Amino acid sequence: MSGLGHTAKRAGQRLVTSLPALFGVLVFTFVLMRVLPGDPAVFFASGPNSSQEDIEMIRRQMGLDKPLPTQLVLYLYDIGRGNLGRSLITGQPVLSDLRERLPASLELTFAALILALGAAIPLGVFAALRANSLIDHAVRFFCSLGVCVPTFVSGLLLIYAFYYLWGIAPDPTGRIDIFTSQPTRVTGFLLIDYLIAGDLDGWAAAFRQILLPAITMALFVMAPLARMTRAAMLASLGSDFVRTARSIGLSDWRVIVVYALRNAILPVLTITGIVFSTMLGANVLVEKVFSWPGVASYALDALLASDYAPVQGFVLLMASIFVLVNLVVDVLYGMADPRVTVE
Amino acid sequence: MTAPDAPLLAVEDLHVTFTTRRGLVEAVRGVNLSVAPGRTLGIVGESGSGKTVTAYAITRLLDSSGRITKGRIQFQGMDLVQAPTRTMRALHGAAISMIFQNPRAALNPVRTVGLQIADALRAHRTMTAAQARKRAIELLDEVRIREPEKRIDAYPHELSGGMCQRVVIAMAIACEPALLIADEPTTGLDVTTQKTVMDLVARITAERNMSVLLITHDLGLAAKYCQDIVVMEQGHVVERAPPLRLFSDPQHAYTRRLVAASPTATSRVEDLVPDASLAVPLPPLRPKTKPAPGTAPLLEVQNLVKRYGETAAVDGVSLTIAAGESVGLVGESGSGKSTISRMICRLIDPTGGDILFDGEAIGSIAAREFHRSPLRREIQIVFQDPHESLNPRFSAFDSIAHPLRRLGGLAGDALKARVEDCAKKVGLPLDLLDRFPHQLSGGQKARVGIARAISVGPRLLVLDEPTAALDVSIQAVTLQLLERLRREENLAFLFVSHDLNVVRMMCERTIVLQNGRIVEEGQSRALFDAPATDYTRELVAAIPMREVA
Repeated sequence: MSGLGHTAKRAGQRLVTSLPALFGVLVFTFVLMRVLPGDPAVFFASGPNSSQEDIEMIRRQMGLDKPLPTQLVLYLYDIGRGNLGRSLITGQPVLSDLRERLPASLELTFAALILALGAAIPLGVFAALRANSLIDHAVRFFCSLGVCVPTFVSGLLLIYAFYYLWGIAPDPTGRIDIFTSQPTRVTGFLLIDYLIAGDLDGWAAAFRQILLPAITMALFVMAPLARMTRAAMLASLGSDFVRTARSIGLSDWRVIVVYALRNAILPVLTITGIVFSTMLGANVLVEKVFSWPGVASYALDALLASDYAPVQGFVLLMASIFVLVNLVVDVLYGMADPRVTVE
Repeated sequence: MTAPDAPLLAVEDLHVTFTTRRGLVEAVRGVNLSVAPGRTLGIVGESGSGKTVTAYAITRLLDSSGRITKGRIQFQGMDLVQAPTRTMRALHGAAISMIFQNPRAALNPVRTVGLQIADALRAHRTMTAAQARKRAIELLDEVRIREPEKRIDAYPHELSGGMCQRVVIAMAIACEPALLIADEPTTGLDVTTQKTVMDLVARITAERNMSVLLITHDLGLAAKYCQDIVVMEQGHVVERAPPLRLFSDPQHAYTRRLVAASPTATSRVEDLVPDASLAVPLPPLRPKTKPAPGTAPLLEVQNLVKRYGETAAVDGVSLTIAAGESVGLVGESGSGKSTISRMICRLIDPTGGDILFDGEAIGSIAAREFHRSPLRREIQIVFQDPHESLNPRFSAFDSIAHPLRRLGGLAGDALKARVEDCAKKVGLPLDLLDRFPHQLSGGQKARVGIARAISVGPRLLVLDEPTAALDVSIQAVTLQLLERLRREENLAFLFVSHDLNVVRMMCERTIVLQNGRIVEEGQSRALFDAPATDYTRELVAAIPMREVA
């Protein structure tokens, strides 16, 4: 189909035009990391019997004795070859560390996003249908509460209630408890890999494990989604075409879903893209509280240890995902709204 | 179940109240009307008269803030006021359907027109998607959309306004209702499109013996297509009569005012407001304009071109305007009339050609630089929508004072005196100068827009549809005001309008545009009485004229 080819071409152009931004991010993080106080060589050589020579040696090994521009060129050369460097903490190449941990973060983010959308859209629609009623105010209160309470507080509260008090939830550490066998890794997403392996017990265990952290994150992002759904629904319920739909005698359900919501979903889509990117970067607190082995907690550890390579790799990864998510949102928008094309 | 001559619809003592921030507002106060089977009833009135609210009350599609507080609506033997929602849903589309103002907005922008017509069909009939599609194609054919097999998969934004209105009509007639309510169905459409759409409605409803309730502000339209007309004012029906009698012998004072204010082929500006007490401005006699002895005309446009990409919006237009002369620019949407007026005002840059003002070439001065030119104050513009063209954060005083501060360098008492002088000229009470646009009525905002334009003492005033957003009675007063200002200040007008009756009245000369080219120009009276080209003939024929007894 030519329309599809057209979209693909536009998407390709968008990717190419985002390369300068990615390059800027690379250089900026590189410089920032060097400007920040803290010397990795000192950090790693630290020990009562490490001398100044030891530190100098480590510094030479790491290439930190060269001038900054030279370091940058070497770094960019490595990136060009797909080498993100090696983490000093884990001793592993950053690329394989990220590849190991990214699915955990993505799985958590997607689960949280699905939960958030699944709750926010119906709540927003109800709030719009009964604008300024008790339901509307209740939804607003609930959403405000979600944003006001920091995730580490709501996460701990959930753990306290569901794990400690009632004992419904499993031990809140990691993606899977130690007694359940891991599935063979296909996608890295446990919920999918268990399904592929046909291990339903494992799936249920992984599901129970992800539920609390996902709810914690979902609570945090529900407010913008629900508020946007409400506003967009109010606008489209008051529009001329909804009046037309009523004037031809369509059922309420069709009027609300096919005419009003179908149009109201467009701005919600845009917000969803922004929310997704924010969640991926900002879920470090949730990962810490639930000992979730994701990229954000990995990057935080590296940052505290002045471990340059993982932090730079993480920022580059986030920037790329941000570009990709925006592109996906634009393509979806183009499909959802026949009036726009991906520019 | 009813006698053959019993009315299909009878509205008795209808009252509708709206809950607003300022308390309860009664929009409809005891309306009585009836529509016989197969007949067309027009409801005319100005904004705020309650005509649209009456229509929405009949279909029970009022906003949630509106409520029928009293009265009965008899339709096919039942009272719609008491009917449960379920009954109303069964009636919508199947027995009563509507067509709307602004057809493009009335269609779901993300659904193809074929699916929307199918929605209308399947709301009341059990049919498969394929059957509905087949029937939708037939309906598109019935509303005279060419190549219906292709158009059925189009989205509303891919169709013109007139085509969208045909789609809305197709949806409205899909389930063969007995009553069609048309709410300003042609407002915003071109005059020729208006004629084809109204002719289509008239033909279809006649073929199917449907009754029509036509709501309009346009007396000419009502006269042409209705067998009976009711006139509404402030929620009351003030008069009901067949069109001929209504126009030849209006009984109620409001009807008389309305009839006088609606321009016809023969009306003069002086006659628009019959009531001397309301006609504040009394135009003095026109000062004799002397023919220019060899001097350059005030404005000369040579071979003006404006291209957007490949398409030429304006394609080689040349025209002249003498000092104190009033020239009309008419044509359908897309003819380039607004583009020309904006280029002459130096708000956008022409692609080619020259604009000479007083013999001085101004076309080459970039639009964004023109505000520094001393000629900026000589050319001013009055915009189409008085509501949208005023800064909502500026009081009326600030709006009028702004050009004086920027171009005239006035401040303090001199500024105040000049602003008050302008306000007096346009008949704006001085105590309104502190108000913000949302606190002013449409007519008052129009006056502020005109005062702002004349404040710096221009010699050429470009009027871009200055009264299109106004009610006819306010239009009448505004036109008189403009005419008086022109005569007093010896202003030249470039009057852009789609309303040929207004142009005929206001302009000495008229230029007809089509697709960015001039097709005809001449003295207004001669041009309208005996158009030389087919296009102009078509335009003139499309104006809904009422018989003048």
